[in-house]
Amino acid sequence: MNPVIEKVVHTLRERMGDAVEEVRVFRDDVIVVVDRSVVVEAATWLRDNDECPFPLCEDVFGIDAYTRTKRFEVNYHFFSLAQHVRIHLKVRVEEEDAQIPTITGVYPGAGWYERETYDMFGVTFTGHRDLRRVYMPEEFEYYPLRKDYPLMGIPGALPLPKRG
Amino acid sequence: MSETKPTAGDFFDLPVNTSHLPPKEKRSKLLQALLDMDPNLSFDDPLENDMVLNMGPSHPATHGVLRILLRLDGETIINAMPELGYLHRGYEKIAENETYHEFITHTDRLDYLQPLHNNVAYILAVEKLLGIEAPPRAQYIRTMLSELARVSSHLVAFGVMAMDVGAMTLLLWCFREREKIHDIFDIVVGARFTTSFTRIGGIAQDIQDDGIAAIKAFLDQFPERQNEGERLLNRNRIFFDRCRHTGVISGEEALAIGLTGPNLRASGVALDLRRDAPYLVYDQLDFDVITETEGDSLARYYVRLREMEESVKIIRQCLEKLPQGSVHAHEPKKVLPRKERIYTRMEELIHDFMIVNFGVNPPVGEVYHAVESAKGQLGFSIVSRGEGHPWRLKIRSPSFCNLQALPRLLKGHLLSDILAILGSLDPVMGEADK
Repeated sequence: MNPVIEKVVHTLRERMGDAVEEVRVFRDDVIVVVDRSVVVEAATWLRDNDECPFPLCEDVFGIDAYTRTKRFEVNYHFFSLAQHVRIHLKVRVEEEDAQIPTITGVYPGAGWYERETYDMFGVTFTGHRDLRRVYMPEEFEYYPLRKDYPLMGIPGALPLPKRG
Repeated sequence: MSETKPTAGDFFDLPVNTSHLPPKEKRSKLLQALLDMDPNLSFDDPLENDMVLNMGPSHPATHGVLRILLRLDGETIINAMPELGYLHRGYEKIAENETYHEFITHTDRLDYLQPLHNNVAYILAVEKLLGIEAPPRAQYIRTMLSELARVSSHLVAFGVMAMDVGAMTLLLWCFREREKIHDIFDIVVGARFTTSFTRIGGIAQDIQDDGIAAIKAFLDQFPERQNEGERLLNRNRIFFDRCRHTGVISGEEALAIGLTGPNLRASGVALDLRRDAPYLVYDQLDFDVITETEGDSLARYYVRLREMEESVKIIRQCLEKLPQGSVHAHEPKKVLPRKERIYTRMEELIHDFMIVNFGVNPPVGEVYHAVESAKGQLGFSIVSRGEGHPWRLKIRSPSFCNLQALPRLLKGHLLSDILAILGSLDPVMGEADK
């Protein structure tokens, strides 16, 4: 692990305590799995800390893990302009209670990424000011990137315009 | 011109006339979201003719199928709300049901102005997941061709932006140059447009002498052609007046809203992944990161112009340093074997059968790899569960993120400025809609 990132992860662990559930390292990508209650706090600290600030939120996206518990995962990528390193956060939520506090207050740019995650997985971001679908039509009822949504689509899910 | 533009100053609520709009319960969410936006604008002489105007999705200047809902006061934009999804093909869903090799062809259709760059970006993410690296010759060829793709993408941005603000000639000149790049791709890749050139652990085929000669011939005449085009615009008063001080965004704001690429560098933030997080062979090449400080449409235009010059520099260095050797990594279980060996050898036949039918099986894990494409930061996140196809593949498309800044940039400008601003942002809807 990059020493800079190691220090960031260490400090995150110290500040968040048990809310940091796990740290995964794969091919030099560091993923810090945190509880959803601290995601805003973690994002704020990542943006504002002095040693290695991460001013750019590159992406927010959902994953359908398709497990019985903690079905949905949401990943965040942050990039540091000063140190040229990346850190990834991951939040896992239950299907019945798929809600995560929004980080748009910290990174306004995350607004559309969170809308996309909502559009594709149905994970809602509490506090988001404009949580609408991005790609699918407003009246669409399903969440297409969930694993139980068939590749060919659901017949009749998108009603055709009425004839003449 | 700048004197007549309204400025955001003492905020007060405008008298909203919604009599021409449908009643609240019948409005679409998009329209309601537009009306709910804070109209933080003051006018010296409010005309009280608030109206909602739809622009697109089929509009010649929206660079594809972008729809923008505008709230206007006279000709001034109070608020704008872009709507995407008219070109949504569900590539992320398709990727989950295909092998890693099969998805390469789909990356061509993302940013269709620079297909080769998408091929390279995608394959680098897959190679990172697999933990393999292509041999140096393949890396150099990838670098060279993706820089050519960058030039071709910037040429379109250059020409189309000029056309949007009324200068038609330059578009044709730019497309003439772009044709030459496509001809090079035809020689080197075998396809002009949908290249699908990269393979896991290498590239489809080695570059031959005629390909190198074609690239050299293009490089020799291109700077002069670019200069011709610049002379047409850089001293053009109309173009200047329309683009200067239009769509200004500061560096901090641009970072916060997630702008990347030339649009971010035009605001003075020197973020270029080619230098900051080097991939391919960029760490062995000498080039400059172009920045401007103004942050307006004109600065974005200048950044793209200078970047084309840098790209030419990079390609020249690649041609000089191009090493000899194979263009396929020696990883029999991950790299597709050569056809002539499949027909004559048992082992290669088995590997080919396994890779084509079941795919390369990368280890379990999640990776993210981003490259600096012509539009900005193009990244692929891959979640693997050890199967032949990705469990989840996320495309971080720069056009999508850049369009997010559009409401902020349009606010307070005139209706006709939309074209100058949208053209300078250079979005491609194939990529933004995925």
